[in-house]
This record gives sequence, structure tokens and C-alpha cells, in this order.
Amino acid sequence: MSKEKLSGEKIVNAIREAGVSHILSVPDRTTEKGILRRVAKDDSFRHVRVSKEDETIGISAGLSYSNTRSLCLFQYTGLLDSLNAVRAIAMEYSMPICMMVGLLGKKPGVAPKESENYGIRIVEPILEAMEMTYVLIESNHDVKKIVPAIEEAYKNSTPITFLIGRSPI
Amino acid sequence: MVMKRDEMLRCLANHVDNEQIVVAAYSSAFDWISIRQSPLNYIASGAMGMTSSHALGFALGWPDQRIICLDGDGSLLMNLGSLVTIAESAPKNLVHFVADNGLYEANGPHSTPGSGNTDYAGLARAAGYKSIFEFDSLLNFEQQIGSVLQATGPVFVWSKVEKGENYPKDYKLMHGPKTRAQFSEAVRRIQRGYR
Repeated sequence: MSKEKLSGEKIVNAIREAGVSHILSVPDRTTEKGILRRVAKDDSFRHVRVSKEDETIGISAGLSYSNTRSLCLFQYTGLLDSLNAVRAIAMEYSMPICMMVGLLGKKPGVAPKESENYGIRIVEPILEAMEMTYVLIESNHDVKKIVPAIEEAYKNSTPITFLIGRSPI
Repeated sequence: MVMKRDEMLRCLANHVDNEQIVVAAYSSAFDWISIRQSPLNYIASGAMGMTSSHALGFALGWPDQRIICLDGDGSLLMNLGSLVTIAESAPKNLVHFVADNGLYEANGPHSTPGSGNTDYAGLARAAGYKSIFEFDSLLNFEQQIGSVLQATGPVFVWSKVEKGENYPKDYKLMHGPKTRAQFSEAVRRIQRGYR
């Protein structure tokens, strides 16, 4: 496991480079310092604070019809709470919903499926059961996958989930 | 006499132009697509409760266009926090109608919690909506709808209604790809018009 810190700045730059202008979020301890704080004070993004995570799925779908790219940013518990909206809007309607999900409690270097934490352990199997594409982001090398994955999501009108496996700084 | 939902929507339809996006939830949507036949009716809210969130996305993405959201009391109850989210986002172009019949009508006519006792206008006011209207008669609705649609948003319109005529409930149409494709094409057409 690399000792290199995961860079929040690199992640935010990748989000911007992918053409995302709107960040729809509920705070998550894994991502709030490295990602959310940065986008919240960055005027190049419109930051929309939502009351509950599933709202972001509907907002993102509505935004997509004006060719406005958005990113839903929340904790894995929010993903679990939003599964019906994800099922209907992202999967059945095939909308370009891009989610960045913090895996709070996941130990760096331990695969999510091997986690001691039940909530973390079930995330990937659930995404696989829902036939959703996801990318695990744990290193700065992984950050390079963000731009092409978002481009692909909007090109093909399909969802993508980024699982943030360690706290970016 | 309580206002019929379809009579209210017929009145609203007279004030909606051909290029206006209308985001509608379940029972209101089924009435609406029979009353106003247009590819710019967005009825693909997918999961119950999401209508107001879709509408917020449209309002943020189309700031120069007035977005109309036709919600129901049951649908709003499933996403009550969206009132606060919408108020904070403060889209001046969003008009959020709630047709309150006190029922989860789409899933069988069982009462919503708080049916008849919940002050939806009060909830919206407390959340921070800029303009609030309440109606329980068609006459008042007809007299004020022009002003409602000109008010500074986010606008909240609480209408106490009962079911009117029966309209076709075609869930395949609502959730089908053809409806979404027609909507996307219509949206592209008005986008070209804006350029």
C-alpha cells in the first residue's frame, strides 16, 4: 500500500476537468475535508446542499437535461438510503448520475469486500447486484480514472459511482 | 364545494405556454398529460417523492424558464426535506404546486398521515419559500393563477382538492423510454431556439 496521501485537490481538479459545475452534497467525514470544503469555497462550482441524499439523484437528473453536469457527493450510508432513487432514475431510466461516495470506516489497503465493517462490506456487492459501474479511488493513480468515467457516463447516459476508500487531504 | 384536481389543472393549462417544462408526479401527472398534451411534460420522476427534486434540477439548469412542478401531498411527504433544499437553493423560476387530496392515491386511496390537519403552506413558509399561495376554491384559483405564475420564486401553491374525472393511468407510458425520448427531443428543440 502506497504511503502517498490521496490528494483532495487532484480529485477536485478532475471533477472540474470533467465539466462538472454543480456539486450536490450531504457531508461525509471521509470526503468533507479534502473534497467538500474545497468545492464549497470554489466559485467555479455551484454547491447545492441537500437535506437528504436521494434528492441529489432527482436534481442531477433534472440538471442533465440542460447539459449541466453534476456530482452527487455523500457517504455510503446515503447511498444505501438512496437505492430506490438510484434503481429507478439512474438504472431503469439510464440517466448520467455521477456519485462520489465516501466509505467511512474503511481501512486503507483493505478491500471494501474484506472490511470488518458490515456496511462497507456490502457496498460493492449491492452495486454489482444493481449492475452499476463503480470505481474505487484509493490512490492518486486512481484519480486519473475520474475524468474518463464521467465523460463516459454523460456520453452514454449511464451512471457511475466513485467509492472513496480513504480520506483525501 | 372542494375544488376538483382536474378542474384546477385545466385552469392552469390555460396559462402554460407551448415551450414550458412541467414536472408532474403520479396522479397529478396522469390528469395533466390528458389535459395538456405536450412532449414537454416530464413525468419520469421514477421514485415516489423525487418530483420536487427533479423540478429543482430543471429550475437550476434552466434559469430563464419558469419551471412548474405538480406535486401531491403523498409525494411531498416522501421528500419533505426538499422544501428546505429548494428554499435554500432559491430558484426564482420554480413554481411548486401541491395538490392535496389527503390520499396516497396512486397506491390505493389510503389517507396520508396528517390528512386534513397538515398545513403544507405553513411548512413551505417555515422552510423559506419566497411566495406562498393557498386555494380551496376553483374561483379563487382562476382569479389568482396569473399572479401566482408571476410571483418571485420559489413559489409554493397549496391546493386542497379532490379527485375529478378518471384519466388513463398508463404506468408503461410514464416509465417507458419512448416518453423520455420524446421529452429529450423536445428539450433539444427549445435549446436550439435559445441559441
